[in-house]
Formats: sequence, C-alpha cells, structure tokens
Amino acid sequence: MASEKTRDNQTVLGGYRALDLTDEKGAMCGWALAALGAEVIKVEPPGGDPSRSIPPFYGGVPHPEKSLFFFAYNTNKKSITLNLETVDGRVIFEKLVRSADFVIESFKPGYMEAQGLGYSALDHINPRIVMTAITPFGQTGPYRGFKTSDLMCSAMSGFMYLTGDPDREPIRISVPQAYALGGAEGAIATMTAHYFRERTGEGQYVDVSIRESMLKTAPYSLPWMEKYGKLTKRSGPYWTLMGQNTRVHWPCKDGSVTFVLPAIKINPDLCRRFIEWMAEKGIIHESFNRIDWNHPDMASITPQIQNELESSILNLCKTLTRSELMEGLIARGITAAPVNTMEDISRNEQLRARDFWEQVEHGEMGASIPYPGAFIRATETPCVKKHRAPMIGEHNREIYVDFLGIPKKELVILKVAGII
Amino acid sequence: MCRQALEGVKIADFTWAAAGPLTMSYLAHGGATVVKIESGTRSGASRSFPPRGGEGGMISSMMFSNDNSDKLSISINMKNPRGVEVAKKLVLWADVVAENFRPGTMEKWGLGYAELKKINPSIIMFRSSARGQTGPDSKVAENGITLQSLTGFTSLTGYPDKNDPTPPWGAYTDLTAPALGAVMLIGALDYRAKTGKGQCLDLSQLEAGLQFLAPAILDYHVNHLCARRMGNASSYGVPHGVYRCSGNDRWCAIAIFDDREWKAFCRIMDKPEWLDDPRFATAIARKKNESELDHLINEWTVKHPVEEIMNLLQDNNISAGIVENSADILNDPQIKERQFFEKLEHPHLGSFFHHGVGFRLSKTPCNPRTPGPILGQHTEHVCRELLGLGKDEYENLVDAGAFT
Repeated sequence: MASEKTRDNQTVLGGYRALDLTDEKGAMCGWALAALGAEVIKVEPPGGDPSRSIPPFYGGVPHPEKSLFFFAYNTNKKSITLNLETVDGRVIFEKLVRSADFVIESFKPGYMEAQGLGYSALDHINPRIVMTAITPFGQTGPYRGFKTSDLMCSAMSGFMYLTGDPDREPIRISVPQAYALGGAEGAIATMTAHYFRERTGEGQYVDVSIRESMLKTAPYSLPWMEKYGKLTKRSGPYWTLMGQNTRVHWPCKDGSVTFVLPAIKINPDLCRRFIEWMAEKGIIHESFNRIDWNHPDMASITPQIQNELESSILNLCKTLTRSELMEGLIARGITAAPVNTMEDISRNEQLRARDFWEQVEHGEMGASIPYPGAFIRATETPCVKKHRAPMIGEHNREIYVDFLGIPKKELVILKVAGII
Repeated sequence: MCRQALEGVKIADFTWAAAGPLTMSYLAHGGATVVKIESGTRSGASRSFPPRGGEGGMISSMMFSNDNSDKLSISINMKNPRGVEVAKKLVLWADVVAENFRPGTMEKWGLGYAELKKINPSIIMFRSSARGQTGPDSKVAENGITLQSLTGFTSLTGYPDKNDPTPPWGAYTDLTAPALGAVMLIGALDYRAKTGKGQCLDLSQLEAGLQFLAPAILDYHVNHLCARRMGNASSYGVPHGVYRCSGNDRWCAIAIFDDREWKAFCRIMDKPEWLDDPRFATAIARKKNESELDHLINEWTVKHPVEEIMNLLQDNNISAGIVENSADILNDPQIKERQFFEKLEHPHLGSFFHHGVGFRLSKTPCNPRTPGPILGQHTEHVCRELLGLGKDEYENLVDAGAFT
C-alpha cells in the first residue's frame, strides 16, 4: 500500500486550476494544492516573486532562479509574469479567473480591491471561485495593516514567549515557521471551501490569519491563566505544563537526547529502570539505596529525591554517546528520540526504508536533488510526483498563447510595456 | 442556522492525545459529525491535565475541551465483544475512520484497513503515527515532545552561544501534522463523494513535520551545510531579534530588512549618527556587528513599554510585535475583534475560551460551537440517533457491558 509509489492519474484536484499570487507568506497553500494534483499557476510580478531572493541558495550564491526556499515551496507549480497594476494586466487576470477554481493571494488587506480584483469582482466573473487571502492578521481588526515579518507573527502567537531560557530572550525556531503554518491552514480552509463548492456550486471568500494559525501553540498555557491568573514561563530544557516543570532535554557526550523525566510518584517502574541502569554504571545516589524500587513508600518520596533522580540521570547521560544513550533507553522501554540535525535526518534509515526522499530533476543546472517526498501516503489519490519549481515566466507562452490565444505580436507589446 | 461546509460528513474518531484530535478538529469545526470513540479504562491523557473538573471516569480538563470542541463522545469497552460490535456499527455508519495509535493497535482489535473495508467498502481510513505505518521503526513509541527532536525542530532552536539547543515549548509536531493531514483528508472526502471510492491515508508525523524544514534539508542536500540554531537572527534581515522592554519579562520582536526601514528606525531611536557610523552604515556592516548593534538597541528598548515600541515602529511601517504571553493573548485587541476564541459553557468547568481555527469562511463559519464532550456523554444519542438502534437493542448492549 503506502510504501509503493503508485503514481497514476488519480488525484484529488486533477483538472482544477489555481491562480497563486502569493509571496513567501502563502506559498505552502498552493504547494499543497499542487501536490493534490491541481494546476497551480504562480502569477508573478515582472522580474519575479520577491520570495525568489530568500536564502539559502543553490551553490550559496544569490540568484532569482536558485533560491532553495523558493524551490521547496513551489514544486509542481507553473509560472507566468503579470503586472496586476496595469489595465492590460487586470484584463488578462480577469480572463484567467473565468477558467480558474481557486485564487490565492497574500497582499496587504485592501490591495486586491484597489486593483479592482477584490472578492466581489471575482465572484461576479466566476461565482464558483474560491478566493483565499493569507495575511499576518487577517482582513479585519486593528492590526490588519501591520508591517509583517515571520518573526513578528511567531512572537505574537504566544509560542516564543514560552521557548527559551527564563533569564534570556524568548526565541523562535531558526527555520521560520509562521508563514508555513499559515499557508498550510490556508490549504485546509481552501479545501473546506472547495468541498462546499463541489456540493453547492457556490464559491466563497477565505480569510486566513497567519498569527491565528500559530496561536494553537498557546492555548495550553491559557487555561492556567484563565483559571488561576498564572503566567506560564520559559523554562529552557524543561517542559512546563500546568505549573509543573519536567526535564525533557538531556545532553550527552556528542549531542543530546529528548525524553520526559519520569515522576517517581506517578511512574516508579520507569524510575526503577533508570536506577538499575545507573547501578550498572556505578552512578547511584546513596539516598536511592534506601528506597525499595519495586514497592516504594510514596510518603518518603520528597521533591529532593525527585531532584536527585534528575541530576543522577543527567550524569548518566554525560557518560554516554547519543547512540549508546538511545540504545539504552529503547532497551528499557523508555520513549525517547535523538535531537536530530538535518544531517541525521538525511541519513535516517526509517525515511529511506519508506522511500521518503524524492529526486527532483533540475535539468538546467544539471542537478538532481533529493526533496522531502509526499506529506502523506494515500492508496487512491497519492500526492503527485514532484516537479521542480518554475523559472520566472516559464509558462507565459503556454498560458498566454496556447491557452488564452493571445497573438504573439501582442505578447511583444505586453512585454515591452512591462505587463508580463 | 448557518450552513456548514462539511455538513453530512461522518467520522468515527478513535484518535487520542493531541496530533489526532487536532486533525479531526478542523473537520469538526467545519461541520462534520465527529464521534470520539473513547474508553473509560483507557481515557486519553489530556482528559486529566489540570485545570480540570468532574470526578473519576467523568473527568474533564480545559485542555481536552479545547482540543475536542464540536465533537461527540461514545465510551466503548473494546475488550468486550459487544463493544467491538458497536465499534463496527460505527465503521459501517462512517465515511472516515481516524486513528493515531501505535501501528498495529487497530489490527489487534480487528479494525485494520482490510477489515474496515470488508465492513464498509468505501471507508476512508485516516492513520496518523510518529513514523508511518511501514518501515523498520514504525512501531517505536514516540510522543509530541520527543517527535519534535526526532524531526529536527529542537536542533534548530536555541542560543548560538550555548553548547546545546533549547527545545521549542510544547510538542510542535502536534501543529504541523494536523495542518497537512486535514488537507488530504478533506480532499479524500471529496474524491469519495464523487467516485464512491475510499482509501487508506498513512500520515507519518515525522514526514509531515519535515515539510516545514524543507529549505534547511535542501541546503544540506545541495550545499552540505547543516543548519544550526541561531537565536532570533535571520540570515538576511538585520537588526532582527527580540529586545527587552521596560517592565517584567516584556519583549518586542523587531525585524528590519531594508534601508528605508533602517533609516526610519535610527530616526525613531534618535540615533541619526548611526547612519554614518562605519559599524552600522551598511547592511553588511550591521550584519558583521550584529551583537553590538543588538546590545545598543536593547539599551533603547529597555526604557520603553513594549506596546509603545510596537506602535511607534508600526506607525513608521517597520515590522514589530509584542512577544505575547497568555495574558496578552487574552487581551489582544486584534484577537478580540476577530473573535478567535469562543467562550463556551462546560458543564464541569464553567465558561471559558476555546480556540478556533486560523481562518474565516465567508459563507460557512468554522467557529467552535460546543465544548469538548464529557466521557460517554453521547453514548445513547450516538447509538439511538446516529446508528438507529432501538431502545431494547441499546439497553441490551448496556446490560452486556458494551460501554464503559
């Protein structure tokens, strides 16, 4: 089933067309629709989408056709160039909307309306259209016009306040996450509207807030505030939930490993396995010897003893390499994972066994690059085979001449006038 | 009554903990009928996290209610053959059977995909697991906390001057897996409605999470550069960080990407001399002297309240935002205006905020409507109304111990 790469013509969105006007803010939405088989046409301003200048780059040198960020989230898309701020550009866009099923955009709220291309205009042209806008805060509210950054969206989602050391500044995940999550929730919203459209024939307008899509990290700290007025704070290597700090991060000789420190009072059996392990290694706190680990007297388990268990396990970890530590944890039935780097991920056996990596040909660079494969395996409607991101305006001829029937002579006029 | 996009979609939901339920939440908010199949003897851990209310098997937590709003609950004893019989009736009723157990668990109950298909040939089985249903490590146990390290998020989070990364708070893959899983699931439902064909969906939370790190993976595969944690720095924006403001643990995120913003920023800080200072005059120089610059910016920010700095910078079209804590979020004017949270009355826990989704659909709203169910709250309703069992039939099952 899932591990076979059966790639036939059965897809969820085969035959549907999306016009993707997004920059980095919504790229993942069109990326997901394209994986489901939709024909996703990136409509870029002449000169190319600004997200083509986001690092890292192929070979390390900045070039609009070599952004690995752009490569990652624009697979299976086509590209045309079109200046929406010109009359000709708008007329061409309106023609495209007639045959499109989705429009995805990530401009500042009000921009599409200012071009005469707001939802009411598009709905008038094509009432089946699903129009999805992906913006930092959504189309309404006092912050809707804010100048955006991924960092700001993460900061305002509650996620960063909780990540980092208590005495230092809050931090984010170094590979920016907010725009990606906003794009993914945008895809869910778009598919929800698509499902409705397929049953009723009615399109609708979808207003996605990137910050809200990341806010779901915060609600775990909200009950503590709502109910008790208490702030959950950053706790470095500890996991803080509902007022409890539990160590989850364990440095070892050559890296680190993640597992949740068991509480003696809740899970004495798991603790016993650590105690026996430490006894084998000769790292054992003498107070542990007084405890009958098979039937501990819970009244005698003080917070002090729990802390000693933590510091002893820390010492144990420091004597071991990451693979020794992982082996020992798994052998003892303790749920744990290595803190993997991208290098580790690239070598991961499980991913290879599942044939996860997908070679994508970049013919013009003479390169074939292993990309992350399908985001889900599906027996009936698998994600389509990956094709590299388009070059700027690569499909102008196909869309403008072959599809819309614009004579080549007019194409020259449009090019010179800066419209395509 | 408003129309809902996914009205009529029926889901038999065996998922527990967070990654599974949060996936089903997207469908429940969209209008699908989601029946949680629970067990009184093996209730999901999040039911008992404090703050909580109710007693014994009927325990409810605020977190559980948040992750399971708009769902129904039936409590089945899967060790009792009559209980399994009810579960199979739900399979026949459903469009989707969803689960996120360790691979092999559903098979143990006789509810693997092959068996489900015998009961309901057009069933969609949605399976979410740590590493997928196949492969040598598919049955190794994980939880969200370990999974974010396995996937690489932990190695990419932390302070570059420390020996060791700092884990992202919580269980980050519990956000990434649902966000992609729901996309395909809704697609599969549409495909099924059109063709009558079901299928098996196998989501590996590891593989879904890696999509969110794709640029760093490509950087390794192409350039052999292994991305590392870099605090809040950006490889291209500068200054780009989180700065301490006046008050206790107050911080402002500031991100500057071009000369216009930099000039405006210097003017606002009353540091016009920095425009000619060789340490900061060019973007290249600012990047080289980033830590010195960050230090000097902190000297300015620490004198002002974070709200003032955010508004001042935003008024000048510079990206800035409060690093919001849970109190900020509850009072955030933008969140209030858009009613992201819905105050729902829970029978054991009183009235409190439930989170919605990050989107608004103009014709088919997706706001949460009912709090997370009490364990087994809808057992009779599901049996009688959804499965169409007669009164005697239902009471028979109760007497036989089918429910817990």
